Amino acid sequence: MATSETVLLDQPGINRALTRIAHEILERNKGVEALALVGIRSGGDHLAALLQKRINEIEKVDVPLGAVDITMYRDDLAARGSLPVGKTDIPFALDGKRIVLVDDVLYTGRTIRAAMDALIDLGRPRSIQLAVLIDRGHRELPIRADYVGRNVPTAQEEDVKVTFDDHRLPVEVRLVKP
Amino acid sequence: MSFRHKHIIALRDLNKEEIELLISTAESMREINSREIKKVPTLRGKTIINLFYESSTRTRTSFEIAAKRLSADTINISPSTSSATKGETLADTALNLLAMGPDIIIMRHAVSGSHYFLAQKVSCSIINAGDGAHEHPSQGLLDMLTMKDKFGRLDGLKVAIVGDITHSRVARSNIQGLTKLGSSVFVAGPPTMIPPGVEKLGDVTVCGTMKEAIQDADVVMMLRIQQERQGKTLMPNTREYARYFGLNPVNLKLAKPDAMVMHPGPINRGVEMSSYVVDGDQSHILKQVENGVAVRMSMLYHVSGGGSME
Repeated sequence: MATSETVLLDQPGINRALTRIAHEILERNKGVEALALVGIRSGGDHLAALLQKRINEIEKVDVPLGAVDITMYRDDLAARGSLPVGKTDIPFALDGKRIVLVDDVLYTGRTIRAAMDALIDLGRPRSIQLAVLIDRGHRELPIRADYVGRNVPTAQEEDVKVTFDDHRLPVEVRLVKP
Repeated sequence: MSFRHKHIIALRDLNKEEIELLISTAESMREINSREIKKVPTLRGKTIINLFYESSTRTRTSFEIAAKRLSADTINISPSTSSATKGETLADTALNLLAMGPDIIIMRHAVSGSHYFLAQKVSCSIINAGDGAHEHPSQGLLDMLTMKDKFGRLDGLKVAIVGDITHSRVARSNIQGLTKLGSSVFVAGPPTMIPPGVEKLGDVTVCGTMKEAIQDADVVMMLRIQQERQGKTLMPNTREYARYFGLNPVNLKLAKPDAMVMHPGPINRGVEMSSYVVDGDQSHILKQVENGVAVRMSMLYHVSGGGSME
């Protein structure tokens, strides 16, 4: 069966979306006070690093940056088998922080649920917001994003892929049809 | 890749990639062990039975802590409180335990290979916590993790294992794992304690003297003299043993200057190792114990996922 692929966002498109999200985060939180970024491995952590850079370009401040691995918080160990476990690396105290959770694609919402559980096990943030590059719909949990790069209507059997180069920079977002 | 074994009974049954996956997962598990709240929900609702037919402090508590940090429920059964003292067979005990619906049975047993027998009788996962003189895979894995912590690799290391190789399941698991991951193993001990054919297990060299084995070694692993397992016929007395096969500050100088000293515990101070070495700078014995929890979390996690793939 042949698969067809469409490019949803190219590199300049991704960069523009990240710049806009950085501005929106600063606008909504009225600056960088108590702000921190946590990317979800793997993909979200690379995007979180880029958002940190954008925020520095605007406000001249490096906001704290962390990464969370949600493998141990998944609800589908029995169905998927054991996956390699990455490292959660949050080098700052979460208590009282306004956390912006960053992921590449928002789909069922289960990854976000797992990431929120992981964060809450580590401390008590003042708030958790969600930034995603692509929202492809089909939520299975009552979760929505606060900042969205692009909304893409998809069919469930389709796949959305965000590719990164060797320097962890996003290359493009593709919609893969079976 | 994902792990595709339902049981972990021997490192002999695993390939290089699977052993590496277990070790790298353990490295990630350590992050959980450094948290203030040392618990993740991964194995919530799973029941794990610790079935120990032989005494153990380190291994049993380490498996229990590992299971609890992954949110599993654990039950400990030891022979003094089980029906084994009333004459129940292993198969009957296992079937009765199975009726309680465990997901994993962690067993230590004095009979080599008893885990393979058990695995045929029950539907849950089996993890070997030591079987006779066969294997002790969690100890082998935690030893390899401790070596990797220091050297960043296992490939190309010279590892000396000194002592009663014949009766040592620790030695067997280490030999199986280390040779698959590219280390060279040199064994030494009294001739009565070297199993015939050990050199056929991989890159293993049998040395006539302890000096030969530890010369330029990166790792010196000393084994416990297992007085409970060997009877009295294998060596004249412990003082003579200590003179020829004990590790002390003088012969440790033969190894590389930054060589690490390991021992699976419990130590007979003054027999296989002098206290100067046990408490010295090169000793990694307590690091081994620390790594034990992370390695066992990795094993529990992977068999829980691996069983569903079959």
